[in-house]
Amino acid sequence: MADRGDELAASIRDAAESGQRLVVRGSGSKPWLTATCEGEVLSVAGHTGVMDYRPEELVLTARAGTALDEIEAVLAENGQHLAFEPPRIGGGGTLGGAVAAGLSGPGRPWRGSVRDAVLGVTMINGYGEMLAFGGQVMKNVAGYDVSRLQAGAYGTLGVLLSVSVRVQPSPECERTLHFEQDAPEALATMRDWARLPWPVSATLHERQTLSVRLSGSHAGVAGAVAELGGECSDDLSLWDQLRDRGHRLFGGPVLWRASYPPAAPLQGDECAMEWGGAQRWYRSDVSEHVRAQRGWMRRADAPGQLPGGTYSARIKKAFDPQGVLNASLNAHTGDGEASDAH
Amino acid sequence: MSRSLVLQQLKSILPPASLITDAAAKRPYETDGLTALREQPWVVVLPETEAQVAQVLRICAACEVPVVARGAGTGLSGGARPVSDGVVLGLSKMNRILEIDIDNCVARLQPGVRNLAVTEAAAEYGLYYAPDPSSQIACSIGGNVAENAGGVHCLKYGLTVHNVVGLKLLTVEGEVLELGGKGLDAPGYDLLAVLCGSEGMLGIVTEVVVRLLPDPAARLVMLAAFADTELASAAVNETIKAGVIPAGMEMMDRLAVQAAEDFAHAGYPRGAGAILLIELDGTAAELAALEAEVTAVVRAAGAFSVDVARDAQQQAIMWKGRKSAFPAVGRIAPDYYCMDGTIPRRRLGEVLGEINLLSREYGLEVANVFHAGDGNLHPLILYDANVPGELARVEEMGGRILERCVEVGGTVTGEHGVGVEKLDQMCVQFTEAELRQFERLKAVFDPAGVLNPGKAIPTLSRCAELGGMHVHRGELPFRNLDRF
Repeated sequence: MADRGDELAASIRDAAESGQRLVVRGSGSKPWLTATCEGEVLSVAGHTGVMDYRPEELVLTARAGTALDEIEAVLAENGQHLAFEPPRIGGGGTLGGAVAAGLSGPGRPWRGSVRDAVLGVTMINGYGEMLAFGGQVMKNVAGYDVSRLQAGAYGTLGVLLSVSVRVQPSPECERTLHFEQDAPEALATMRDWARLPWPVSATLHERQTLSVRLSGSHAGVAGAVAELGGECSDDLSLWDQLRDRGHRLFGGPVLWRASYPPAAPLQGDECAMEWGGAQRWYRSDVSEHVRAQRGWMRRADAPGQLPGGTYSARIKKAFDPQGVLNASLNAHTGDGEASDAH
Repeated sequence: MSRSLVLQQLKSILPPASLITDAAAKRPYETDGLTALREQPWVVVLPETEAQVAQVLRICAACEVPVVARGAGTGLSGGARPVSDGVVLGLSKMNRILEIDIDNCVARLQPGVRNLAVTEAAAEYGLYYAPDPSSQIACSIGGNVAENAGGVHCLKYGLTVHNVVGLKLLTVEGEVLELGGKGLDAPGYDLLAVLCGSEGMLGIVTEVVVRLLPDPAARLVMLAAFADTELASAAVNETIKAGVIPAGMEMMDRLAVQAAEDFAHAGYPRGAGAILLIELDGTAAELAALEAEVTAVVRAAGAFSVDVARDAQQQAIMWKGRKSAFPAVGRIAPDYYCMDGTIPRRRLGEVLGEINLLSREYGLEVANVFHAGDGNLHPLILYDANVPGELARVEEMGGRILERCVEVGGTVTGEHGVGVEKLDQMCVQFTEAELRQFERLKAVFDPAGVLNPGKAIPTLSRCAELGGMHVHRGELPFRNLDRF
């Protein structure tokens, strides 16, 4: 529990003055995201602690370096959780890192993304100024939504000092259903279920099996289990494995991740599908197909590249004109879409 | 270039019915839902196509003629208030539903589509669009994006920002930006989030893709009556503490209940000091359990009566009082001023009590009708615009309410936007460095300040002057700067 805000701000001001580049790091659990960054490491480790948490407000505020583990333990004591299920790679990860990486878990289509849960941040921009945006309430339209802009910005716009996130009551009951289906059947099933109010909270299709997580009240889940059929299990470890990249899917040689409109046709080489079809995994680059379906794709272990383009470059400049923070993640203006197939 | 040349260019690209210069015909565009403020725009344009929007922007940007975007004009903070030397860019003619894509559960819309029309078009597929601001029969989806509009179902289903998955944006420099799409994420900075609630300051939205949700299997609406707002506020907190997330949880105080009952005859208990309307949804089996749980919680919190509407017709009657509360209050006073602050839910009882004290101090009656589950207050301050000086006192009192919202950890606007109305309170909520960051973000898209000048973000000099005022608050008139 320590507030290192002033010290971190001073480091950034010094770097901006001396033209130095900094690589922002939380617990270092997702090192591939900043693998291409050069400069001195600015560690947010030690800037930790839950600052405010009142379960009835459904909001938790913590310093950015606070371990996800610690936050989830505090929430669990009160029957609540982080609905966006940020990955805890190798058991690690901080709240700030989760927001900066913008990665959401298996429940994304039903429970929302990291960015959806962000209510406010305090941060240090590239000028070394400490700023607060958003707040601790659900509804807040004062000023531009700079706090949600930090989600998935890979720390290029500022170093997060604290984050307020919306938390949710943990479901009373969860079950996993398994169905033997090939990929086209599974895609059709997921498409049909998306139009019906089943308490689905995650899906995975892999190796001829469609697995579905149901979450809700006892009565709601029991009703859905009875209606939907399939093989029912109370083993939920599959979903944690997916969330934390501990699933066998992530053990193979190369893995590509594609984001699609959920009902986009199959390419044929999918090795797994999640998010009701909106997130699919491949062993090779199929970006041509992905692009044709208006999706985008990137290697699962690709650096956190921000595509070029006028506005992207100007946004970086608006927050960090000297290019102090994780600067090499910003593609140069004119590079067009850089490495992203979009 | 002279104004007459600009006008000539606009004439050359727009059909005659899409260009309004006549003073009488411009009158409906003088104001939005914040009718206390009026201004005649120089010209009103109502383009029918995206290409026309792009041309209007190009012409105006070249000569730095201000452009104020306007949807249905229902906004409550003056965000679409015209500027006298500027163009009002009305998007009401671009009102086509381009696609209901039931495979991907999204709708692709032009900005002028009415909010309710989306749900009406999706209903035959068992789908709906969740955000439902109370103006939903009239307000447009483009305006909803600009204001990040809310409604009564935000606690469970989120605001506009949580339900928009794609936008097409025309920048003032003439670029077309496609943000997001039908998938769940896109590479790069999350501009979609920044655009939602940006009040027409960053670009003109010409297409919106929204997520459609499946209709709940069943729903019920519960009316719980209390002796006062403090007990009702405690019931709100106890419900959420019990782990229940209602689809909606609205509060009305004594004055609002009486006004609504006189107007809508929804069967509200007239003796109540406050009522809660609680909507629950889920499967039939789930609802039975939820109903029992919530009934027990609100009874324990002091509800003296609990009624439940089970079928759609009963529910519509129960909601009718709430949905007509604003016009109902409009009948008991010549004018009312609607505020919009958000506070942490646990402070509800306390802040409502303080509003009551302010009401007495200023001798202005207040009716409270609001989204209690979100902590989003809507005090309606009753007044008479014909009494000299009364509006100024209303604004002063409203300002104090909003500042109190900030003090207790909330915000000056939950869902209506800053517009021109809350510029001064923005100075209270944000520091100089934060306001400068907003200015730099604005300059990313609109360095010349062509789009909606004077809205949403106060200038530093305005705040500096006001900062001096704050020291003496209570001794000096509260706000005497460039007031409207």
